[in-house]
Amino acid sequence: MNELVEAIPFLGKRYPKATKWLIIILAAVAPLIAAYFGRSWMRILDFALLYMMLALGLNLVVGFAGLLDLGYIAFYAVGAYTWAFLASPHFGIHMPFWIVLPLGAAFAALAGIMLGFPVLRLRGDYLAIVTLGFGEIVRIFMNNLNHPINITNGPQGINALDSLNLFGWNLSQSIKIGDFQIHYLYLYYYFFLLCVIGSIIFIKRLQISRVGRAWAAMRDDELAAKAIGINTRNMKLLAFALGATFGGVAGGLFGSFQGFVSPESFSLMESIAVLTMVVFGGMGNIAGAVVGALALTALPEILRNIALPVQQAVFGTVILDPEVLRMLLLSLAMILMMLLRPAGLVPAHARYSRPELLKGGA
Amino acid sequence: MIKLLEARGVGKRFGGLTALSDVSLTINKGEVYGLIGPNGAGKTTFFNVLTGAYVPDDGEFVFNGTELPTGKPHLVVEQGIARTFQNIRLFGQLTALENVMAGHHIRTKAGLWGILTQSKHAIEEERLTTERAFELLKYVGIERFAHTICKSLSYGDQRRLEIARALASEPQLLALDEPAAGMNATETTQLKALIEQIRHDGVTVLLIEHDVKLVMGLCDRVAVLDFGKKIAEDVPAVVQKNDAVISAYLGGPKHAH
Repeated sequence: MNELVEAIPFLGKRYPKATKWLIIILAAVAPLIAAYFGRSWMRILDFALLYMMLALGLNLVVGFAGLLDLGYIAFYAVGAYTWAFLASPHFGIHMPFWIVLPLGAAFAALAGIMLGFPVLRLRGDYLAIVTLGFGEIVRIFMNNLNHPINITNGPQGINALDSLNLFGWNLSQSIKIGDFQIHYLYLYYYFFLLCVIGSIIFIKRLQISRVGRAWAAMRDDELAAKAIGINTRNMKLLAFALGATFGGVAGGLFGSFQGFVSPESFSLMESIAVLTMVVFGGMGNIAGAVVGALALTALPEILRNIALPVQQAVFGTVILDPEVLRMLLLSLAMILMMLLRPAGLVPAHARYSRPELLKGGA
Repeated sequence: MIKLLEARGVGKRFGGLTALSDVSLTINKGEVYGLIGPNGAGKTTFFNVLTGAYVPDDGEFVFNGTELPTGKPHLVVEQGIARTFQNIRLFGQLTALENVMAGHHIRTKAGLWGILTQSKHAIEEERLTTERAFELLKYVGIERFAHTICKSLSYGDQRRLEIARALASEPQLLALDEPAAGMNATETTQLKALIEQIRHDGVTVLLIEHDVKLVMGLCDRVAVLDFGKKIAEDVPAVVQKNDAVISAYLGGPKHAH
């Protein structure tokens, strides 16, 4: 939180308290603002929160532990498919969320360890290639496991997934209080927001603990980390497993929110998109992951909504398809970022300790 | 005198190159033991084998009466051996304080659950780690840079920080790989005082060094390596006059290779 506040130019340094409250209020009323522009914007906001969870989890692996993972979306897929198997008419199993979500997280963590073991000795480019392969393997499995026994329903995917049901309170049904109606997208928004805040608190606690320091040490100099007594094997596996856990939870939530999963949601492009969010925001700090996810989910949509009317007004017709323009502008944004802010949008120095614990220290 | 570390016939080969062959030496508790030799003599290889970075091909190390595990650096640190590097290897994105705190890792036990729930035990441990790390920074004299990113410290201070980080693992044996390399005369004098202080506080020191004056003034005993073999071991004054050592350093007729 403070990282985020400090990173906002001008305002953050001068009025840290006010900026903090501004962020809190913005987070609280964001769906109301979005609703003003239309339902689709609320949906985008919900997705932004899911991507935040993904970016936070990937940041833990890439930013803290320094393990470049190009197959991160596989864990998202594991979580989503766990939800699809255990809470949909596909197998006729309808388990409550407090079983399915932890199970999805556990399966994802297991997948993380399965990926972690063979890549323990790999670093940099080689690690990236293997993780990329892992992501593709998972997707191809999902795509082909409909034969000879139909498990994943292949490329058609699984639909009619159960929505989130919090102890009898179905989040996908709008609440009516008299004439006033709260749309279900709001409910999801606040639930996801809670999940994101929970993730941030967990990750922050990890970051400033002995585990966070061990990861940072391993990232900065693996040989020295070993030499001061850090069991790098366990720390790497822990990073993979914990990172995957966040992916798994986000995947489960995605399944419940979307009501439909298919392998094409978990392509390599998605992995890269999440990685881009982490890098765009600033690797190795929590605020960066949050800002990166928000920016890269919202910006393309804003562009899409602006580009169409502008072209129509200026040229009378649509010359450039917004989809084309979107990739173009995104690439342009990345190039500008690399030139102007190579450390990311929020290049705040991440802390790995709590100096306030020092009594009378400097 | 109590034996702290004993190397028994340690050998290490890299393909056809014999980096160490049949090196045996004994380090006693409380002494400063020097390991010298010309470039490429195998001093750093000895360090790497000792600290578990390499697996030796022959021989073994006995530390405090038990055989040291090979190829498992973190277990060696747990036994009580800490090291520094010839070319400084700090954790670049951490502050000086955090570097030292990371060095304390092996002596802390907080688990995932304790960290996530911020249990009393975990917080207390974290507080102790922080305070201990700050004391170690004071000990080596760089506490004013506690919250500075370590990369922006001066060269000499980085060397001191690396020693503080090694001390954070509460070692009985501190292995320093050329700590005075690249230091000026003042810094070397200060370093000498620091090493003497460390010895005084009960930590045995194993020192690889090129600075002959430092080695001769500091070490209780010195071993000389040449082409992976130990050619001499004695108090500095005797080693200095040893013919094999002189010819190893200066080249000479007795030095047949």
